Amino acid sequence: MTGAEVLLKALEDEGVELIFGYPGGVLLALYDALLDSKIRHIGVRHEQGAVHAADAYARAGNRVGVCLGTSGPGATNLVTGIANAYMDSVPIVVLTGQVSTGLLGSDSFQEADITGITMPITKHSYLVRDPRELPRIVKEAFYIAASGRPGPVLIDLPKDVLAARDVVAAPAVPKLKSYKVFGKGNAGQIEETAKAIAQSQRPVLYAGGGVINSGAQTALKELVEATSLPVVTTLMGIGSLPAGHPNLLGMVGMHGTVTANYAVDDCDLLIAVGVRFDDRVTSGLGHKFATKAKIVHIDVDPAEIGKVVRTHIPLVGDAKLVLEDLMSLVQKQDKPEWWNQLRQWQKDYPLRYDTDRLTPQMVIEKIGKIAGEDAILCTDVGQHQMWAAQFYPVARPRHFITSGGLGTMGFGLPASVGAQIAQPDKTVFLVTGDGSLQMTIQELATIIQHKLPIKIALMNNGVLGMVRQWQKMFYDERFSQIQLHANPDFIKVAEAYGLKGIRVTDVSQVEGALTEARDYRGPVLVEFMISPDEDVLPMVPPGKEITEMLGR
Amino acid sequence: MLHTLAVLVENHPGVLTRVAGLFARRAYNIESLSVCQTEDPGISRMTIVVDGDDQVIEQVSKQLHKLVVVHKVTDLTGEAIVDRELALIRVKVNNETRLEVLQTVDVFRGRVVDMGRTNITVELTGDGEKIDAFVRTVRPYGLMELVRTGKIAITRSDN
Repeated sequence: MTGAEVLLKALEDEGVELIFGYPGGVLLALYDALLDSKIRHIGVRHEQGAVHAADAYARAGNRVGVCLGTSGPGATNLVTGIANAYMDSVPIVVLTGQVSTGLLGSDSFQEADITGITMPITKHSYLVRDPRELPRIVKEAFYIAASGRPGPVLIDLPKDVLAARDVVAAPAVPKLKSYKVFGKGNAGQIEETAKAIAQSQRPVLYAGGGVINSGAQTALKELVEATSLPVVTTLMGIGSLPAGHPNLLGMVGMHGTVTANYAVDDCDLLIAVGVRFDDRVTSGLGHKFATKAKIVHIDVDPAEIGKVVRTHIPLVGDAKLVLEDLMSLVQKQDKPEWWNQLRQWQKDYPLRYDTDRLTPQMVIEKIGKIAGEDAILCTDVGQHQMWAAQFYPVARPRHFITSGGLGTMGFGLPASVGAQIAQPDKTVFLVTGDGSLQMTIQELATIIQHKLPIKIALMNNGVLGMVRQWQKMFYDERFSQIQLHANPDFIKVAEAYGLKGIRVTDVSQVEGALTEARDYRGPVLVEFMISPDEDVLPMVPPGKEITEMLGR
Repeated sequence: MLHTLAVLVENHPGVLTRVAGLFARRAYNIESLSVCQTEDPGISRMTIVVDGDDQVIEQVSKQLHKLVVVHKVTDLTGEAIVDRELALIRVKVNNETRLEVLQTVDVFRGRVVDMGRTNITVELTGDGEKIDAFVRTVRPYGLMELVRTGKIAITRSDN
């Protein structure tokens, strides 16, 4: 076997069905071997598209995503997507071509030190020097990517390693002596948490991406229903409790609901599950966050505990296992006074928008109704993303796919590719903006090439809306470089690639257009012409405490 | 406060970069670092002296633990340990000062490893304070060159 064949065999052994990739010089042996492999290759138009697609494929499909790029520029084009997966704890294995081992370090053609470049944004990485080690390395890479706190693992593949002939592969026996994965939580700490719940008058459960990653949604639902715990979520935690669930107060933080922010500020017990007290939640003010509360922090990554806030009960372990153990120790309880207060806040401070004109909030809420509970919503980054977080009724985990930690404009379109390929029978909607879409717009060709019936809802306001909102609010409306004057006619662009295009300019057309898009058998781009003056509210201004929201 | 961490890592190329890179990107300050193979050739030991309060040190250790190549992190601060540094120091001398300098070397239990007409080179081992004190003492004669290893440390056998 050649090195490339050994690699593909190892990937097959890990259950890999497909790879998102883009060919190049040093990968010729691998692309040749791919012709005879069971593994499908999804060709994209830019390596960034491949890594975002693999990322969303992992999120929507609950498995490890794989992407592939050539050496040098191919590898560096993957960097943004690797950082994105790292920040959001997504398990992907990134394969990069590399120049031959003999040329390493000599500044040869299309050489980049990609293991060095990506060291701070990968969970681990390998530079393969001996093709016989490929089975072990691949096995370790998949295990590291998916276990514990998931994340990207990179395998750099020199040309001669892939091209080597008559490779006698060593057995795939991992050598991970020092790698530790946490499972069950400490029994004493769990008991203490159960006691704290029983004693608490005003508890809040703060759920993040860790709930989704560990598949803890059922355990979470049972626990909060039994103990009447109100739940706030992070952006990554959306879907951990279904929209409309009576215990759900919405998202917390910069663009969270007033009730969620007030509840966190006022609570006497904060049970943080799979979260990292990000500055978009705490305003970077860890010492002023939930100051009246005893804080329980449940996380699979011990380094997150105590990083931002002082924790009273640290609980290292898998969210699902810990919540299940906790469930067995709690008694049924309701907290009527606390809930009266919460319901009052909900009544006084609902999320709202104008209904007499075409607003993005209304469009997003409508998409939720028309797409149905089983649909997957992908978003890009900016105002539309926050409106989606606020107004889209996400019913299930892994059905809301967004770039959280890194906030990568351009994530959305390739993410919708990955989500649709992971879940071919589901409806996939993408909500994007005219800024974000143009960062990876070339992937429209990928959608057509692979016959993906993705429904794109483009919120076109002709500006970089989120930046504009900040300039409006905090820089005296001195608008700088946010106008996208030379935007193309997006309907023509869609049609040029082979998508159906529908333009919506009035509120009366929304329902018809979205229904048509959903029922159309192929990909559609629906363009909503919205006002640049629409703001994301409420909003905690930068550096302010989370109770100091504008637009309450 | 300075903390001394003993970090057992895999003995592979690139491991030092991973550890040093972690310190750099999380803005932890390395005071000194020394690395060498241990009794197990597959394992290297890094002795890292890092400045920070308890919370910073806790984060440093947790972040180090997350690296796949790190086997064990021990904070030796406050433990009963023996720690040593080695220094090579070249001091300017002339006919009048040579004897005084040699006496100083004797007091500090250093060793003269090289001698020229105008300078002598001294080898000195000890904890950091001892070496600092020696350097302070000979500086007035003319300190020409100073090389210090980082600190290495080992726990006392009773522990």
